[in-house]
Amino acid sequence: MNKPILQTDNISMQFGGLTAVSELSIQVLPGEIVGLIGPNGAGKTTVFNMITGVYTPTLGKIYYQGNEITGLKPDRITSLGVARTFQNIRLFESMSVLENVMISKHVRLNASLAEAVLGLPRYTNNRKAQKEECIELLKRVELEDVINEPAVSLPYGKQRRLEIVRALATNPQLLLLDEPAAGMNPNESIELMQFIRRIRDEFHITVLMIEHHMEVVMGICERIYVLDYGLTLAQGNPEQIQNNEKVIEAYLGVVELDA
Amino acid sequence: MDEQLRTKFILNIVFLLAVALLIYWGQHNLNNFEIRILNLAAIFAILGVSLNLVLGFTGMFSLGHAGFMCVGAYTTAILTMSPGSKAIIYFMEPIHPVLANIQWPLLPAILLGGITAAVFGFVIGFPALRLRDDYLAIATLGFSEIIRIIVTNTITITNGALGLKNIPSIKSLWIYWLAAILTILVIKRILNSSWGYAFRAIRDNEIAAEAMGINIFKHKLLSFTIGAFFAGLAGALMAHLITSVDPTMFRFLFTFQILLIVVLGGMGSISGSVVAALIVTIGMEVLRIVEQPMDLFGVVEIPGLPGMRMVIFSILLLLVILFYRQGLMGTREFNWDWLLNKLDRLKDRMRGEAA
Ligand SMILES: Nc1ncnc2c1ncn2[C@@H]1O[C@H](COP(=O)(O)OP(=O)(O)O)[C@@H](O)[C@H]1O
Ligand SMILES: [Mg+2]
Repeated sequence: MNKPILQTDNISMQFGGLTAVSELSIQVLPGEIVGLIGPNGAGKTTVFNMITGVYTPTLGKIYYQGNEITGLKPDRITSLGVARTFQNIRLFESMSVLENVMISKHVRLNASLAEAVLGLPRYTNNRKAQKEECIELLKRVELEDVINEPAVSLPYGKQRRLEIVRALATNPQLLLLDEPAAGMNPNESIELMQFIRRIRDEFHITVLMIEHHMEVVMGICERIYVLDYGLTLAQGNPEQIQNNEKVIEAYLGVVELDA
Repeated sequence: MDEQLRTKFILNIVFLLAVALLIYWGQHNLNNFEIRILNLAAIFAILGVSLNLVLGFTGMFSLGHAGFMCVGAYTTAILTMSPGSKAIIYFMEPIHPVLANIQWPLLPAILLGGITAAVFGFVIGFPALRLRDDYLAIATLGFSEIIRIIVTNTITITNGALGLKNIPSIKSLWIYWLAAILTILVIKRILNSSWGYAFRAIRDNEIAAEAMGINIFKHKLLSFTIGAFFAGLAGALMAHLITSVDPTMFRFLFTFQILLIVVLGGMGSISGSVVAALIVTIGMEVLRIVEQPMDLFGVVEIPGLPGMRMVIFSILLLLVILFYRQGLMGTREFNWDWLLNKLDRLKDRMRGEAA
């Protein structure tokens, strides 16, 4: 139980002369909600991109459930059970809410294209079952009334939620959320917090999230890593982070000034 | 819901019957020239729809369609010409002995034209589809030219620059339009399947599609290869329509014409491509007038300008891209839901007026 589901071993990412992430080592245990915070440009999204295979770390190794996944392709890593959302929402613009979620099921389809074109039962049954599964999922997260709406017509908060649902539809064990509360007002943020905690419990998943809203981070994260211009500044539980001199100096103070 | 499905099923049958009736009528009442134009329109419909799969639905800026047509056209030509014609036509260098005495029936030869083009598509797609956007366009254009150069230089197979003549002729409207309808049906079914949505997902947002577990490269290659298959099929049909082929037929200009159809009809609309194929093909013939010498009110005399049609069509394409980007149909499709809705509303209005 205490074996980490995700572990990075001194991973670094360099873009030309810029070191976006430097020797980051994090561990996430199964069932945890872990926060990754730091000022803009600290390298947080880059960490997600390395974990999900969008970038290959220039140094270091990444382990998922004890197996090395460094340098695997994104689709491969998704199929292993790691799903993510994006800082700037990336929905499939031409599709409805349901179609967006069903994309996540495509790779699990147990039939060939020829069967689909000919309309053979293995395909149609499979696809129908997937559709029902997705509708069920959308019901569970209170999006059933917008199932056939174009995804981009949803209000911002619901688009964020849809992105999370779409990630959930890949049947992940580890969910990476990149600033899920960005652009939300305090009420929406609280709702989102409850939502994240709920899906963690209901879907038995582990969550690693990047977030700027401190009340969200401090409210639901059990442990927090603080990045600062590529370097790991601190780690600990919310209380330890809030009382950490270095963090207050480099980051929390600034946020309070902003607020 | 069920009732609606049944209505649509019946409407589809009625629609297909109407098309069949139209073809029957055309076959018996149109002259050879008119039939030829309509057959050409069917070929352009196949080309437009298949390029739309690649370009409009999968978002790959490919300009290699003419090359794949070339492969299909030559495959069927070599396979179906009589040994006697081959002996006469290959006079620069004799045809390769393996091919000299082959004479296949038309249907398998045409199909093999598509399959050979698909193999070319697969092989070309492998390196080319690692590129995107303009780079992909340039690469596919390059490969398409390479195919032409290969065809020009493998004289014992293709007869080189002289081209091939006396290819068995197919004149029937049925063959071409049946091929077009089958192509449309197959591509529509692909697009409505899970794979079609995967293609759209890649077009909409490649990074998100990959994060949903879709292997981008494999799916791009699949779409590209299917596109190449149908381009090859269209090329093969064209060989039997024109009964002669030569490498200059498959220049970039040809791909440009298909591109015009896709853009005019709407990138992402299959029905748009079919409508545009008819408009462009028939329009090209009508516009032949502008290439004839003209006499304006007996005052000015304009000499015939060959190529004027292409100028007009290029301007048309430019105007569409500049002012009417979504084309005739945008990403909409002609479908019964839309028509039934309109009818319902019309009925409601009439009832409203009557009351
Ligand atoms: N693909 C890339 N090429 C070059 N620089 C990049 C790339 N991705 C991120 N960076 C740089 O890396 C740094 C960290 O970016 P990012 O991880 O997005 O920060 P955060 O998510 O913490 O705001 C920034 O300076 C950014 O400009
Ligand atoms: Mg970021």
